[in-house]
Amino acid sequence: MKLITAVIKPFKLEEVRSALTDLGLQGMTVTEVKGYGRQKGHTEIYRGAEYAVSFLPKIKIEVVVPGAQVDKALAAIQRAAKTGQIGDGKIFVSPIEHTVRIRTGESDDDAL
Amino acid sequence: MEFRAMARTAGVLGALGVVALLVDPALAQDAASTAAPAAAAAPPVPNKGDSAFMYVAAVLVLLMTVPGLALFYGGLVRTKNMLSMMMQVFATLCLVALLWVLYGYSMAFTNGGGLNDFVGGFSKAFLKGVDSNSLAATFSNGVYIPEYTYIIFQMTFACITPCLILGAVAERLKFSAMLVFMALWVTFIYFPLAHMVWYWGGPDVFAEAAKAVASATGDAKVQAQAHLDAVLADAGIGFQWGALDFAGGTVVHINSGIAALAGCLILGRRIGYGKEAMPPHSLVLTMVGAALLWVGWFGFNVGSNLEINQFAGVPFINTFIATCAAGLSWMIVEWIAKGKPSALGMASGVVAGLVAITPACGFAGVMGAIVLGLVVSPICFFFCSVVKSALGYDDSLDVFGVHCIGGIVGAIGTGLLVNPEWGGAGIADYISKPGEMVAGTYDMATQVIAQAKMVGLTLLWSGLGSAILFKLVDIIIGLRPSEEKEREGLDLVDHGESAYHY
Repeated sequence: MKLITAVIKPFKLEEVRSALTDLGLQGMTVTEVKGYGRQKGHTEIYRGAEYAVSFLPKIKIEVVVPGAQVDKALAAIQRAAKTGQIGDGKIFVSPIEHTVRIRTGESDDDAL
Repeated sequence: MEFRAMARTAGVLGALGVVALLVDPALAQDAASTAAPAAAAAPPVPNKGDSAFMYVAAVLVLLMTVPGLALFYGGLVRTKNMLSMMMQVFATLCLVALLWVLYGYSMAFTNGGGLNDFVGGFSKAFLKGVDSNSLAATFSNGVYIPEYTYIIFQMTFACITPCLILGAVAERLKFSAMLVFMALWVTFIYFPLAHMVWYWGGPDVFAEAAKAVASATGDAKVQAQAHLDAVLADAGIGFQWGALDFAGGTVVHINSGIAALAGCLILGRRIGYGKEAMPPHSLVLTMVGAALLWVGWFGFNVGSNLEINQFAGVPFINTFIATCAAGLSWMIVEWIAKGKPSALGMASGVVAGLVAITPACGFAGVMGAIVLGLVVSPICFFFCSVVKSALGYDDSLDVFGVHCIGGIVGAIGTGLLVNPEWGGAGIADYISKPGEMVAGTYDMATQVIAQAKMVGLTLLWSGLGSAILFKLVDIIIGLRPSEEKEREGLDLVDHGESAYHY
């Protein structure tokens, strides 16, 4: 099992969700986050006051997938979230030791 | 006619004395001894339409304060100070309304004896002698509104003016100190200034005295002239100077704007000013507030006409058109200078336009109003962006930059735009043809000097006075919360509440 953490542009969320659903993956966790990478921030001006906003709004999605599906899931996310512009985001993959479904007590791949 | 020279004095529109003056024993006896006995006229009956119009106007000015100004300012502060901002506006409104009926109205609109140039007296404290039958004069001979109507309308002005100051000291003024300061400020600054600019005897008092002069001969004429001089002098100093202020450019906007500057200088900057971002927490609420201000401003400006006669259309159309011009001109200047036309810029331009047209709305022509609107925004924009950052004072919500500067532009502009040759209304003259309002003589230099004198007096009176009062409250109570409390936000510290629970 792997945890896929992807930080993407907010308006790409729906495309990524449907791409993952098409693969048969059930469920994801979504968080609204702020951050920066290579994409620069922007300037906001309120009357005389100018603020450099260096943290941009992004969406972080977290999906745990069975080891066999990791590559397909990564490809699907990349395809769906890509605009070709700076600021498309990043995908991180990390190992998951154990999973339990609270309602039934099923574990690991059965719980995903 | 020897009283010609004084005629222009009578042209000052603004507020008015009440008809009770007509029966002031001293004046009435003087008049009786010099004038041919006038036919005993029935007491004037207020027109129902005028009264209804004035009640609506008063409620519209209330709408400007709550929720208009509370939302406009509230949206501009950070989330943690939203309720504090709204509470300060609501509490000031409640407090000042009470002080107004207790002694404020009397201090503004009665004769102040030896101090009459600057402040009224206490003869109507606790609204003594006011009842459903008492009347207040308007700007037309023989037209009156119920005195209660007038008291209520003027009360809404007294309430909104101190609330304007709150924007400059936002996010860092302790609630308790705020209450004490506001009680002192309206007492020593606002009530006297309202008296200086708006207190006069009313058109019929002028007409009576002028008629007496015209009909008297010999010694009686000298006496009658002396009486007329006394009547003309029974007015605030600004009125005597001939300064024009239709709806409160000096009394409301320059007054609160310079007090705001004094306040933010004495309080000092907010913690983190210039280092941390302090963006408005909801420009939506600010836009809603600005829109409510605009709507309410029709009550403020058109209501200052005091009756719904043929002249009421002038302040109405000017309040509309100057505001549009100022909104567009702020937008264009910002677009050029900063790259984008912002929503806050539009709201600021609209308010600047409303401020500038306030003293001029009943005097300027429509084309003059457009010019005033176009001119005011770039000047206010310059003060809010360039001057403020250059001097480093923290006028949180730009009260000085918009209200004081916009008010000065409007006050001086009024002196120019009243020019009949430029489509203005000209100076009203109640003396030359007693009983009628006719066009007086207009001289641009004289008028602009009168305007400038009143602007200067307002800046001095309110600037110095407010600084003293802020300092006094600072010594007695302390103006600012501790650093820790200021960081936590005044909503929790002063009121024990949070504005938003998501």
